[in-house]
Amino acid sequence: MTIDWMKYRYLYIVFSLLIIIPGLFSLIFYGLKLSIDFTGGSVLTLSDSTVIHQKYITQQQADELVEKLQEKDKDLKLVSFETIGPSMGQETTNKTISAVLLASLLLLIHISHAFKQLKFGVCAILAMLHDSLVLLGIFSLLGHFFNIEIDLLFVTATLTVLSFSVHDTIVVYDRIRELQRHTSNLSMYEMANQAVSETMVRSLNNSLTIIFMLLALVLLGGDTTRYFALALLIGTISGSYSSPFTAVPLLAIWDDLKNRKK
Amino acid sequence: MRHSRGTLYFIIFICVLSLYLNLPQNLNFSKKILNKEFHFTLPRFPRNLNFKKGLDLSGGMRVTLLVDMEKIGEGQRQTALDSVRSVISRRVDLYGVSEASVKTSVAAAQYRLVVELPGIEKPQEALDLIGQTASLTFATPIYKADPASPSGELKLVNFTPSDLTGNDLAAATVTFETQDRQPAVSLKFKDSGRDKFAKLTKEFLGKPIAILLDQSILSAPTVQSEITSGDAIITGKFTIDEAKFLATQLNAGALPVPIKILSQKNISATLGNASLNQSLIAGGIGLAVVAVFMCLYYGWMGFISVIGLLVYGLITAALYRLIPVTLTLPGVAGFILSVGMAVDSNILIFERYREEIRAGKPSAIALELGFGRAWNSIKDANLATIITGLILFNPLEWTFLNTSGSVRGFALTLILGILISLFTGIVVTRTFLRIFYKPKNTKPLILNT
Repeated sequence: MTIDWMKYRYLYIVFSLLIIIPGLFSLIFYGLKLSIDFTGGSVLTLSDSTVIHQKYITQQQADELVEKLQEKDKDLKLVSFETIGPSMGQETTNKTISAVLLASLLLLIHISHAFKQLKFGVCAILAMLHDSLVLLGIFSLLGHFFNIEIDLLFVTATLTVLSFSVHDTIVVYDRIRELQRHTSNLSMYEMANQAVSETMVRSLNNSLTIIFMLLALVLLGGDTTRYFALALLIGTISGSYSSPFTAVPLLAIWDDLKNRKK
Repeated sequence: MRHSRGTLYFIIFICVLSLYLNLPQNLNFSKKILNKEFHFTLPRFPRNLNFKKGLDLSGGMRVTLLVDMEKIGEGQRQTALDSVRSVISRRVDLYGVSEASVKTSVAAAQYRLVVELPGIEKPQEALDLIGQTASLTFATPIYKADPASPSGELKLVNFTPSDLTGNDLAAATVTFETQDRQPAVSLKFKDSGRDKFAKLTKEFLGKPIAILLDQSILSAPTVQSEITSGDAIITGKFTIDEAKFLATQLNAGALPVPIKILSQKNISATLGNASLNQSLIAGGIGLAVVAVFMCLYYGWMGFISVIGLLVYGLITAALYRLIPVTLTLPGVAGFILSVGMAVDSNILIFERYREEIRAGKPSAIALELGFGRAWNSIKDANLATIITGLILFNPLEWTFLNTSGSVRGFALTLILGILISLFTGIVVTRTFLRIFYKPKNTKPLILNT
């Protein structure tokens, strides 16, 4: 059974933009709330679970600070202390950017090679960018309104989401590749419809299993990994959506544009 | 079919092996059979197979230190870095921290040391210990008659420091230019040290001189002759490694480098354990939901894939112990995520199978076709994840990419997870299905292709 999914191809793009644009505005006006992994500084967590943010201080200064606080509450202890020099922060930012660029480049080469056409690579990377913009935008808003910070783990989550997004897209593209091999008279529009129809159940089921796991981590997992799991969850949902509703429609739109030129 | 049987035995072998690696090492049980006592003990594995916990789980301190190379010449910097690493490892060992690690890294034209100290209770004390610049002194031992010994044996009680210190030493290197061609350590003194050393060797000819690093004894060679050239050789029955180690430690005194804290992280063990337990419970619940979902949606096939998932868990745990993989919180999250991805290959295959069934193929053929067709997408998709995993893991230690331990821990578990899931998802589930899956209502073969 083939459903005419591609009829609404421009609508999907509009829907994506509805989510991306507010996030993009937030990114431009509020930016991201960066943790000390990027900015440098110190964070002290006390036994009564208060968290103190400071400029870069040493262990000695931290101990003095805790001693002062102990005058009020004797049982107070320093549970965790983290301090990062400003130069290290800048370095992390640079490394993150190079990791994302390198990942995009290698994945572009991998997909273009596996599917023998550059347009597959380009559209898959565009869908991947879509997912990272959704993720960054939502975290920019979360940072502005709920003080949720972006740390090194978030970078890991983002890169994982990028690979998941591509992973998911490849499964749908694989159907188009198969159809290209076995039939010669189908247009990209028709192939796209058939591929999306045939993989829809699989995409839903697969995403559901990963979402079950991540939802458990967000709701029940430890505090230290909660936002990490949340980032993965948002990315997985976006990545699952973007395969049939961004990566594939983009292929159809690519052909629309090509035909119009002719 | 015979082929599948062989694979089945291989899978059973892998499972038993993994089970053995996962069982506690001191397991033994006795049983009475026919009034005779039998004792069973598992053969021991030559190494401790406990999970290796990262700092965020075991609690402790991680410090990144900047080694200030301003006063060290371009060519000697790597030597100086190795020396300071060696000296700090030595101090940490003397302080009594088990499983500590001291690693060097060169990033952004900076020379760095990353020190990990699990289970540290007094961070400031440890920092003071690490932070000192190495001090090397040459001293002469003081002996006194041991009152406990009846024959009046001499006992080493203290040292008299001489005016010769690490500042007078230019460099120490491993040399083979001795009479018997055995490894030895050659010392080269600066101009300032030549005369001091000549005086010392003249005064203590035939007696031992102690070389002290951070007030503890490094080597105590006996002076063989008066040395006025400023070049000396310490011989002894050294192996090459011992000679290298001694030279490195001596260089720490010759090339003193100040160190500064770049970043530091202390985590209490209780916090780490609480998070680990929560994450494991969360993972368990997530896994149970996935298993129920698979059984409900795919029936017997789903159940077989859940068995495949159990095999996956068993092999993963065994490999984590064997490699060993340092478990960190993000690593645990990476594992839990890879479970989700492991199910994916099965879902892909089952959906293909259903399609073939709908197209009228008999079950056995549909199964093989399902696996064959799904393989292309599984291969390309997982390759994409492995590419990202490798960028995160950064195996070639590229300085423009991440080198952080927690990110790498996550990447390693993700890559391992994908490789193992390919094995369990394709080989294990396929073999189980071939052998055990016999659907009742097989459609007759329809010949209309």
